[in-house]
Amino acid sequence: MAEPPRRLVLCVGNPDRGDDGAGRLVAALLRGRVPADVVVAECDGGAAGVIEAFSGVDCVFVIDAAVSGASAGTIHRVDCAAGEALPAGRAASSHGLGVAEAIALARMLGCLPRQCVVYAIEGARFDVGADVSPAVADAAREVAEGVLLSCPSVIASWPPAGGVRPALGETAAPCHCEAAWPKQSCS
Amino acid sequence: MARKPITVEMLARVEGEGGLRLVIDGDRVREVELRIFEPPRFFEAFLRGRSFMEAPDITARICGICPVAYQMSAVHAMEDALGVTITPEIRELRRLLYCGEWIESHVLHMYMLHAPDFLGYEGAVEMAKDYPDVVRDGLALKKLGNEILRVLGGREIHPINVRVGGFYRAPSKRELRELRDGLARGRDASLATVKLVAGFDFPDCERDYEFVSVGGGGEYPFNEGHVLSNKGLDITPQHYEAHFEEFHVRRSNALHSRHIGHGAYLTGPLARYSLNYQHLSPLAKQAAADGGLGPTCNNPFRSIVIRAVEVVYAFDEALRIVDAYETPDRSFVDTPPRAGIGCAATEAPRGMLYHRYRLDADGSILDAKIVPPTSQNQPSIEDDLREFAAGWLDETDDRLRHLCEQAVRNHDPCISCATHFLKLDVVRG
Repeated sequence: MAEPPRRLVLCVGNPDRGDDGAGRLVAALLRGRVPADVVVAECDGGAAGVIEAFSGVDCVFVIDAAVSGASAGTIHRVDCAAGEALPAGRAASSHGLGVAEAIALARMLGCLPRQCVVYAIEGARFDVGADVSPAVADAAREVAEGVLLSCPSVIASWPPAGGVRPALGETAAPCHCEAAWPKQSCS
Repeated sequence: MARKPITVEMLARVEGEGGLRLVIDGDRVREVELRIFEPPRFFEAFLRGRSFMEAPDITARICGICPVAYQMSAVHAMEDALGVTITPEIRELRRLLYCGEWIESHVLHMYMLHAPDFLGYEGAVEMAKDYPDVVRDGLALKKLGNEILRVLGGREIHPINVRVGGFYRAPSKRELRELRDGLARGRDASLATVKLVAGFDFPDCERDYEFVSVGGGGEYPFNEGHVLSNKGLDITPQHYEAHFEEFHVRRSNALHSRHIGHGAYLTGPLARYSLNYQHLSPLAKQAAADGGLGPTCNNPFRSIVIRAVEVVYAFDEALRIVDAYETPDRSFVDTPPRAGIGCAATEAPRGMLYHRYRLDADGSILDAKIVPPTSQNQPSIEDDLREFAAGWLDETDDRLRHLCEQAVRNHDPCISCATHFLKLDVVRG
């Protein structure tokens, strides 16, 4: 009997930096509600940590904040396993290696999960100590519900034929992840 | 003569935001400006009025790569102010924690940020296409360093187990023993790293630096020792401010530093290695020899080899500590508050980090001063560029821009820590 797919929801962000905490908010909304085989993990988005989190995982949803100029709360969906790429500009994470670079590196190293979908929630404010914007909080709830709806469908459709299309709609505007992760800084 | 500008708007593969501007007049480098526009972060002001016990956790937030350095300088300075002496067991655990930070920080810089310069790639992602095994090795080594931080510090970034006087909880002997196999594999892999990076092509660039490092404690320095230089300085950290001063330059939100009466100096791997070579372990010394290094090194482009040797040392030292470890009866010594002033200098991966605190009788912080290594190294980085770029003027602007960025990355600057750093403009005429 085939091994069930190993599933991960990787929620990225800094909860102390306003809308950068969108991913962490989704994690809080998912806790206790996901099927037992789905792992909800949180991280700051450093490339090494993201690639490590991908280890042994068949299906991953990555939830993060984004800055593209779209209105706050806009949900960007990027199907990385289908070849879509996150714009890897100048990541603001420590030493310039963030989620976009992690996914690109994982693809180069052959360790990108067979399903990898990024939901990036457009943020508006990233001030230290700021709350998450109401529009971003609403989007976080929508993403959380979308992930919950998608989880069984991922199982049902495993192994994927031509890629999985989770329930959330796609958005026209590409996200620019270079400005999306104001993480902790470094000496 | 007309002048032509060349600009690196934003330096890549460094931490934080800064740029570089070169003004070239004919065959002469007229101006070099390292501009740091990362906003000031005001940590010293945040600390005022807080309890001395909060300093390790507050200062750790200055840096996600080297939080241990901030914690170590903070706790040693507080213990100096309080007149507290830690136990040998706590001292060893602090060295082990520092080993973890050196491994994860040095490996990140060598494999992901600096190696692409030598192998001719824009970055680690492009390099991974042709050198996937190199990138995999780097990720695996970094993970081993992070693992030390997780076990001993409570988590990999911004550890939460460090307190003034020691640790909130000492790990069990079994917890540290579980690190051993990974550390032994890491030590073997780190020897291969030395061979890899020693095989890169290095420009023939040497400078007569004043090296400044912690040392003199009979060991390769992490936490304790005097402040030494290769120009004869030998002082305790308590006398640091009598010999070194910070000053503001308009182009940088990070204060520059100078050795009073001497000028620019360099802290970091070159300085630490050249002043403390004799205290490396036999294995690390052999790795240095195999990597083509003598007992000193004045070529900043070879700093990547020194980092690799220091990673060998860190694995070696971590194994020594883990093998000898017995869980202490108490994980910390008592630290009753009192009024006082305390100073400490410890060795962050990118150089010496000085802290000074003044405490009130109830232990609240009245005043704090933090001097990060990148802040101290800014004048020397500018001097490197002034001297080296003069030999690169026949290069195309793109090539010149790349060489200058690489010269900055030699020092693994951490701009965010220092702003309290990069973009390159070259004006050529």
